[in-house]
Amino acid sequence: MTMIVNGEAAEIPRDPRVSLLDFLRDDLNLSGTKKGCDQGACGACTVLVDGERVLSCLSLAVQMEGRSVTTIEGLGTPGHLHPLQQAFIEHDGFQCGYCTPGQICSAIGMAAEIARGVPSHVTTNLGDDAIRLSHDELRERMSGNLCRCGAYNGIVAAIAETFAEAPLAEAAE
Amino acid sequence: MNRFTYARAADTFDAVRQGSDAGVKYLGGGTNLVDLMRETIEKPASLVDVTGLSREIEELPGGGLLIGAGVRNTALAEHRLVRQRYSLLTRAVVSGASAQIRNMATVGGNVLQRTRCAYFYDDAGSRCNKRSPGSGCDAIDGFNRNHAILGASTSCVAVHPSDMCVALAALDAMVHLRGDGGERRIALADLHCLPGDRPDIETMLEPGELITGIELPPASAISRSTYRKVRDRSSYAFALVSVAAVLEVEEGHVRNVRIALGGVAHKPWRAMRAEAVLRGGPAASLAFATAADAELAEARPLSGNAFKIKLARRTMVAVLEELAGEIA
Repeated sequence: MTMIVNGEAAEIPRDPRVSLLDFLRDDLNLSGTKKGCDQGACGACTVLVDGERVLSCLSLAVQMEGRSVTTIEGLGTPGHLHPLQQAFIEHDGFQCGYCTPGQICSAIGMAAEIARGVPSHVTTNLGDDAIRLSHDELRERMSGNLCRCGAYNGIVAAIAETFAEAPLAEAAE
Repeated sequence: MNRFTYARAADTFDAVRQGSDAGVKYLGGGTNLVDLMRETIEKPASLVDVTGLSREIEELPGGGLLIGAGVRNTALAEHRLVRQRYSLLTRAVVSGASAQIRNMATVGGNVLQRTRCAYFYDDAGSRCNKRSPGSGCDAIDGFNRNHAILGASTSCVAVHPSDMCVALAALDAMVHLRGDGGERRIALADLHCLPGDRPDIETMLEPGELITGIELPPASAISRSTYRKVRDRSSYAFALVSVAAVLEVEEGHVRNVRIALGGVAHKPWRAMRAEAVLRGGPAASLAFATAADAELAEARPLSGNAFKIKLARRTMVAVLEELAGEIA
């Protein structure tokens, strides 16, 4: 039984109690994914499974058989950063950096959801297939990722620069 | 976390066969169950993973919709027919949790999620009749601003946390079940129990019974509906009060109305009294207030949540005014 992690096959742990988060960090030494609350409240452990953002702390590794997991280590390398990683640096999207891998994985998942037309709590017209990444949409859709340093302005700026088609209006629409 | 065995169900029959053993729990997205297992509040001997089953949303011949229990919350909210015909259901789902959790959580698991009462979670330091029957309830005289105002008991004042279920109650949704004895259906509004003196019993499910789907009746083309959630933060928070409503008005009069409340009771609360007051009467603010008062006449506040009665009243009236305004 295997899953794919950042393009490579990984043997599923025998003990079904092992969370995907602990498996990534302790078994595969992929410590980029962070353990914050370990109870689904903070988003620091966000990874992409088959392209969708999920919380690795509430996922059992055994449920990942045959699925493809992407962590922060799979997105960019020091010499070849993902555009969003570069934008986080340019916009000071972090202070301590602990929430950053989760923020980045989450934002990449979010961009795919918007491209697919997934509505959010602040989407006005549910009949619209095309959703524009406004300031309000971005903040609502990223509400599952907390930043205790309060670097939200930089985080929003970095995500907006990378994924919004036009500069965001600051005020609510 | 206690030790357990894990198996993936091949199909619904296989799941129910495996689920008939004592100590088995069905595993959906795990967003609630895995957390409760880590806290050793849930201690299943075995998990049967049902996330691979019932993942379709299909239109029924009569115009209704059958939502597989394994459909993820995001997939439900984004489905074209749900957005077009049952917009309050999309509204309710996207108002709950975070995007990551909605990507994981299944429809069946959402229905069966357990209360977020802090005393239920506090295994080490609090009494809870739901967690340990007969031990007492520390919420009744504790920090209870999030707790129930309707249908509570001296044993338990916890509330059901789902947003989705509130919309489903207002939609007259039917829950499809499969167990040892075959298939049966039960109205979503009748699936969850009030606490009484057995708050550890939360639903009408028989042991080993599996939710396979949720059926929505055909949507009326002339009705208006919405879901409004009031909470302490504008995102990623459970409801203090929420209201789902479907309203059909003809010549200024209420032809049909269905209202459900969230955040106020041990179950999604169908406001049958308010509906009875409104049906056939004028679709006007005074009638909306009278109906809300009728529903809340039996509301009983705890030490910290009297505000919820006013909040529920105002939210019901505001939602009905909004829907009537759209029609007018």
